[in-house]
Amino acid sequence: MFSWSELIPALPEIFMLTMACVVLVAGLFTDRSKGGFLMFLSVLTVIFAAVLTVKDHTGGATLNSQLLFNETFIRDGFGDVLKLTVYLLMIPVFFYAKQYLRQHDTMSGEYFSLLLFATLGIMVMISGYNLIALYLGLELLALCSYALVAYHRKDVKSNEAAMKYFILGALASGMLLYGMSLVYGAVGSLQLNEISQAIASQDNDLFLTLGLIFIIVGIAFKLGAAPFHMWVPDVYEGAPTATTLFIASAPKIAAFALAVRILGQGMDVLMIHWQSMLATLAIVSIIIGNLFALQQTNLKRLFAYSTIGHIGFMLLGLVGGQEGYAASMFYIIVYTVMAVGGFGMIVLLSRKGYEADQISDFKGLNQRNGWYAFMMLLLVASMAGFPPLIGFFSKLYVLKAVVDQGHIWLAVIAVVFAVIGAFYYLRLIKVMYFEESDTDHAIDANVDVKTVLSINALAQLGLLVILPALFNYCIQVTQAI
Amino acid sequence: MFEGSLLSVLIWLPILGGLLLLPLGHGRAQFVKVCALLVSLLTFLLSIPLWTGFDASTAALQFVEKTVWIDALNIHYHLGIDGIALPLIVLTTFITVLIVLAGWQVIKKNIHQYMAAFLILEGMMVGVFSAQDALMFYIFFEAMLIPMFVIIGIWGGPNRIYATIKFFLYTFLGSVFMLIGLIYMFMKSGSWNLTDLANLPLSMTEQTWLFFAFLAAFAVKIPMFPVHTWLPDAHVEAPTGGSVVLAAIMLKIGGYGFLRFSLPITPDASSEYTWLLVTLSLIAVVYIGLVAMVQKDMKKLIAYSSISHMGFVTLGLFLVFWLVKSGGNSNLAVEGAMVQMISHGFISAAMFLCVGVLYDRLHSRMIRDYGGVVNTMPWFGAFFVFFAMANSGLPGTSGFVGEFMVILASFQANFWVAFLAAVTLIVGAAYSLWMVKRVVFGSISNDAVANLTDVTSREFFILAVLALMVLLVGVWPEPLIEVMRASVQQVIEHISVSKVI
Repeated sequence: MFSWSELIPALPEIFMLTMACVVLVAGLFTDRSKGGFLMFLSVLTVIFAAVLTVKDHTGGATLNSQLLFNETFIRDGFGDVLKLTVYLLMIPVFFYAKQYLRQHDTMSGEYFSLLLFATLGIMVMISGYNLIALYLGLELLALCSYALVAYHRKDVKSNEAAMKYFILGALASGMLLYGMSLVYGAVGSLQLNEISQAIASQDNDLFLTLGLIFIIVGIAFKLGAAPFHMWVPDVYEGAPTATTLFIASAPKIAAFALAVRILGQGMDVLMIHWQSMLATLAIVSIIIGNLFALQQTNLKRLFAYSTIGHIGFMLLGLVGGQEGYAASMFYIIVYTVMAVGGFGMIVLLSRKGYEADQISDFKGLNQRNGWYAFMMLLLVASMAGFPPLIGFFSKLYVLKAVVDQGHIWLAVIAVVFAVIGAFYYLRLIKVMYFEESDTDHAIDANVDVKTVLSINALAQLGLLVILPALFNYCIQVTQAI
Repeated sequence: MFEGSLLSVLIWLPILGGLLLLPLGHGRAQFVKVCALLVSLLTFLLSIPLWTGFDASTAALQFVEKTVWIDALNIHYHLGIDGIALPLIVLTTFITVLIVLAGWQVIKKNIHQYMAAFLILEGMMVGVFSAQDALMFYIFFEAMLIPMFVIIGIWGGPNRIYATIKFFLYTFLGSVFMLIGLIYMFMKSGSWNLTDLANLPLSMTEQTWLFFAFLAAFAVKIPMFPVHTWLPDAHVEAPTGGSVVLAAIMLKIGGYGFLRFSLPITPDASSEYTWLLVTLSLIAVVYIGLVAMVQKDMKKLIAYSSISHMGFVTLGLFLVFWLVKSGGNSNLAVEGAMVQMISHGFISAAMFLCVGVLYDRLHSRMIRDYGGVVNTMPWFGAFFVFFAMANSGLPGTSGFVGEFMVILASFQANFWVAFLAAVTLIVGAAYSLWMVKRVVFGSISNDAVANLTDVTSREFFILAVLALMVLLVGVWPEPLIEVMRASVQQVIEHISVSKVI
């Protein structure tokens, strides 16, 4: 039965919802060329939401999981760590968005409001404990994302990307729903724990396996794993960069949470089935992502294909059993931090009416500004997985989980393609350091954006300090699943 | 003051110094040079207590530092050195000082980044030699590639981009297989500690796979025939300092890796495949030596001669297995290989610096552009001839000691191996001296050579110090061998016992 006290654990979500509306209204009174206040409000929102999330953690990461609202909503350590990561990621997203919207003179309250609503969707996806709740979160996120991609109304590319994203996204949502309905038909419940019990107590029938396949297709689409990756490069390229960097970061965490909730908590009994499917998806993604990235000249497309490769690595972790959850979780957290920084660099180098999204725009960056060239070097080297940057440890952890499960060949294929991938990252470093610049435009950005970007890039080294703790958190919270 | 953490200081002092130069040094060339020199000099001075405080009578690890770093993966921050690592560390800190000096006037573009890259590289190389945790080793091993990539790419010759990417991908591809191997062993043993890994019993199949995984990493690094092709490219295009580091230290990491990983961790597989390694080494010694002879480019010639000399190192390291079986003097082989590595560190550095001296003046590395240099540069001519002699293994120079030890050891194993190895004394002399003849002697060939000026006092100092070291090791190698004796002995005892389960 509903009681008011049930609302307290869900305070972060409620607060987020309220503030999204407040920002929407505040946007009406804001000058189109300013927007600092909107950003400030949004940043404050996620910080306060973080406080609300942390305040229940008196004794470290462990938190007894609570089920709320007729057991459709779960509050546990796993969800909270992911939510905190999302809050943290949203801060640079807001800063870069402000910079980008100012460059394009399209500042408005809706943009920040949509970002906050999307964040809410992500939070619901992370905390949903019922297929319908998870789906609602997913749709909230997806609808906001479509709008954010189409934000540049007059830009053909932006519209085209939004159209593609919407049609394919709707298709994937349909697949996911269809899978859910099949599962419901087979077990008669939408509750994750009940699904799990029901599957354990009955023989695996065709319905269930079919449902599983559809669900995996839906999840793979949302993650952008090959062969369901077709939308990723087009949407990344066409969307306004501020949107791209959002899509590339926090929603990936949500999709990861969705996968763990449905597959790990709801359908854990069918693990052998979905593990082999995920292993295939993972390897295909790693191969396609890294090979296709070699050809790209547009940096956003390049990052899109590299995302596909990274998602492959993350999925590989899910194949690695219990420890693999922790490895995947660590991987996706680290990856999103890198991705936000990488796109942030594009925003930084862009200026009024000019988008620096070609690789050639990074030519001779070292001569123009050695510091940001070094920042980009850190980000790119971390994405490529060169030690001692944090990206190396996330790959290492996934590989270890995979080797532990005895899949040495998967690990070998993964590293071989990681080396192939290293080539295009090296090409970026090459362009920045070894070539002459075509332009001598100074970097035009406010101090706050520059600072956030520097912190974001230095985090590739700085996270090493808290690396052991982060590892332990990931292990602790995934053990409870 | 740093008694307990001397190795850490040697690693982090140059790295931090280099990182600080990046933001602080922009546009202040003089300041950067002085800072870099001070940091490298201080690092070198701090590495001397390592030698004086080292107890050569034991093979146990010394200057050990060990704390847990990432407990979830059982990774330790574990440093320590034995007699094998010690000379290599001192070589590293010594050569870096010379590199900073060598770049003093030559490098005009972004000198702060140049110096920073070399200092960071220095710290990482010390890290490679002192890491006792396999993952730490791997991290330093890989991280080294980035500064080197940048060094060749920014300050290199016309074809530098091709060369640097080739260098990077070759070494990177080789080492990821090692990573998988290491992870596999971690899964078996639950530890990254090198001593634990050496004592881990492994079946023959596992050893074979691991052996080839290590081979992929170290054969590229050292480099062995047929995966040596990145080296001539990288050397030719790299700036003088880059060539010096590559030849003097980075190649040694390959040899060190064989000695630290392949031999102790997979002794049975190494023994099984000794024939392969010996064959490849002999091909390197003889065939690559012949290839060196026909080079037109001085740097390329020295690069090929490096590969040929590294063939001696791998020959010595793997002959051990035959010698152990036949009861020969196996210490001689390993010690010979080690001495060869140190000696090649001095000689190749000096040779590249000599070419650098010429290149700075005429901007050409082609042998045909020179001739009769001794007439205008008598001091330089003397040094160049001396180092070329050392390179070809003249008795009394360090080049002779290592080669002679390895050849002696190979006589005990197999006459024909020894015969082929000894051919190098002829081939080496042929390519080194022929080059010197064409470059240094004869009458002045063109106006550019006629206008050359002799070495500056800075260049004289660098070359003189190296010449002194070459003579010292050549005449009196005993202290060097003394330091590594116990550790080499321990490695040999370890590999004499099969660890197949």
